Amino acid sequence: MSEAKIERKIDRSHMTVTDEVAIQITAMNKWFGTFHVLRDINLTVNRGERIVIAGPSGSGKSTLIRCINRLEEHQSGQIIVDGTELTSDLKNIDKVRSEVGMVFQHFNLFPHLTILENLTLAPIWVRKVPKKEADEVAMYYLEKVKIPEQALKYPGQLSGGQQQRVAIARSLCMKPRIMLFDEPTSALDPEMIKEVLDTMIELAEEGMTMICVTHEMGFAQAVANRVIFMDQGQIVEQNEPYEFFNNPQSERTKLFLSQILGH
Amino acid sequence: MAEHRTAAFVRTEMLPEKAPPVSEVGIIRWLRENLFSGPLNTVLTFMGLFIIYFMIKEYSPWLRHSVWNAASVGECRDIVTAKYGEGATGACWAIIRDRWNMFMFGFYPRELYWRPTLALGLLIFAAAPVLFSESRMIRMWVLGVVSVFLMVAFPGLGVPNGDTALLAVLLVAMLAAAWARPWALLWLTAIYPGLAVWMLWGGSVWGPTLAMAGFVIGWAAWLATRRLGTILSVGAAVLVPVLWWLFGIAPVQAFLDAGLPFAIEGVRSEKFGGFVLALTIGVAGIALSLPMGVVLALARRSDMLLVKALAVGFIEFIRGVPLISLLFVASLLLNYFLPPGTNFDIILRVIIMVTMFAAAYIAEVVRGGLAALPRGQYEAADSLGLDYWKAQRLIILPQALKISIPGIVSTFIGLFKDTTLVVFVGLLDPLKGITDSVRASFEWKGAYWEPYIFVGCIFFIFNFSMSRYSMYLERRLHRDHE
Repeated sequence: MSEAKIERKIDRSHMTVTDEVAIQITAMNKWFGTFHVLRDINLTVNRGERIVIAGPSGSGKSTLIRCINRLEEHQSGQIIVDGTELTSDLKNIDKVRSEVGMVFQHFNLFPHLTILENLTLAPIWVRKVPKKEADEVAMYYLEKVKIPEQALKYPGQLSGGQQQRVAIARSLCMKPRIMLFDEPTSALDPEMIKEVLDTMIELAEEGMTMICVTHEMGFAQAVANRVIFMDQGQIVEQNEPYEFFNNPQSERTKLFLSQILGH
Repeated sequence: MAEHRTAAFVRTEMLPEKAPPVSEVGIIRWLRENLFSGPLNTVLTFMGLFIIYFMIKEYSPWLRHSVWNAASVGECRDIVTAKYGEGATGACWAIIRDRWNMFMFGFYPRELYWRPTLALGLLIFAAAPVLFSESRMIRMWVLGVVSVFLMVAFPGLGVPNGDTALLAVLLVAMLAAAWARPWALLWLTAIYPGLAVWMLWGGSVWGPTLAMAGFVIGWAAWLATRRLGTILSVGAAVLVPVLWWLFGIAPVQAFLDAGLPFAIEGVRSEKFGGFVLALTIGVAGIALSLPMGVVLALARRSDMLLVKALAVGFIEFIRGVPLISLLFVASLLLNYFLPPGTNFDIILRVIIMVTMFAAAYIAEVVRGGLAALPRGQYEAADSLGLDYWKAQRLIILPQALKISIPGIVSTFIGLFKDTTLVVFVGLLDPLKGITDSVRASFEWKGAYWEPYIFVGCIFFIFNFSMSRYSMYLERRLHRDHE
């Protein structure tokens, strides 16, 4: 378990949680075959919230956020994202997906396209943005993640950290209202974790609604307004970060925290 | 046990790069690694050298004693005997010199040889903006060679000088387009299928034109019904052109032929033979089987049970029976199912069967490519909000097809060679049909090796070109660490 130190000062002026509901999950259950992977999940995320989901592997945390943009289908309960309920209706699914950005553990950049093409593909084909405008937006976000000079290279020529920043920029080009991060730093070398976390912190500073599955507890303490601990497909405990780390309530949480922070 | 002490060490100077020892570079290293890396390999190397020597010793006299000018096999033998003594053997290439036109054109009318030749040349021009879009140098080289070939072939085939001059003008215009604006050649690509059919079979220009118009009509039908939903618009885009082809063309063509007659001399399918036939079937089969194979591969991976079942059934049935049985179905049985009096061309029927056969194989090759893509690619495309078709077209297929290139090209090469099987339904393929009919003549009875070697060489040229092209394409699409 790596733990990058967050040394920079965080600007909290835009990090405000509003009353507006961004994601509403009610009594949601999911099975993989006969395996009950998510059990009675209830979760409300307000706009502007920065939520970190932690838990041992196999606890269902990735599956949970993958249900939010329906990469995984839930079998019962309700998920409402930005006022749109996720059902088998493909139109709604595509609508939610174009509003919700997702960053994956293994980046999942398109290796046959240049960095710039990776960034402009969805705006051009989904949002119907003219190519010139899409290029400008893409360059803006590449500047933001500090790799504009790589625009014409292919993903295979970039380091892992650079690829993950490109992946974040690719999601941002769709101007999403919610960002999901599925273990964004787990596949990175230690020296690259920091550059990706910095990018995520900047995003949080701008007031993005974020849900991050991560093992970076430093990031959770610095940025999150809520930490959710999951085990065996259930939400076991959730609290604001200071309380969560210093005063965990459930035995399961205490054990988990002692394991990941205890050395 | 002596005490081992680790002394602290700090390097103060980084070591410069040095040249490797002589035994690690150049020809010596190559020989050692590739030919003499151990006792077994050394023995094998010498055995190989001996086999090569033996083959050259045995077969080179036959080639060195080649006869090019003779009127019959008997005369060939006499010449060889006279020159090299009793018992000497020699290749009798005079059969090729005398009957090359049979191998190339079958019974295609001699004065019209230029038409299939031009169709082949234009094929390369039509394919250039697609196949050689990236490198101007390669494009101009290929098209330049084709142009020279046509300019040499036309007078050789007895085309009047005036017409050859016309061809020169056309070629210069197309070469200029290929140099400056290769995309302009896409117009040729678009009309090429109709153009090629017209040049090969001749007849009224309106038949191929109206058949090609079916695609425009289908597109128009799709545009007109697009707002009514995907299923309806796709249905309309398929159904309307089919109805047009079945019932619309005949009256419209009759009307146009009466009002604006424009026709060139017709050539019936029975006259096709040799490489004209092989290339007609091969090129059409290759061009049609790739899209069909891709659609089948996608259908086989579909979530929709019926679509999937149909694709699996089709692929497994077609792959499960020999091509020859499909060709027999095409030539014999199909006529029973069609309304009497329907004139359903035998070459067209064979093309349909060959296409279906190759498409089933390509579907499996492409399915392998699709399966090889990491799930993350699908998920990334989904999470960006791309719908199924856009995700397939922009993300999945470009990568899956790239992986599948070697398999697809193998299937194409197999298809092209399998065109020789049409001999079993009475068509004159270059390998057996033509060779047999050439040998049926009194003069060339008994010439066995030469026709097969000649036909084999021509197949090799086409197939080797395809193979090299696929390797070039793989290199061009290579995107990993540079």
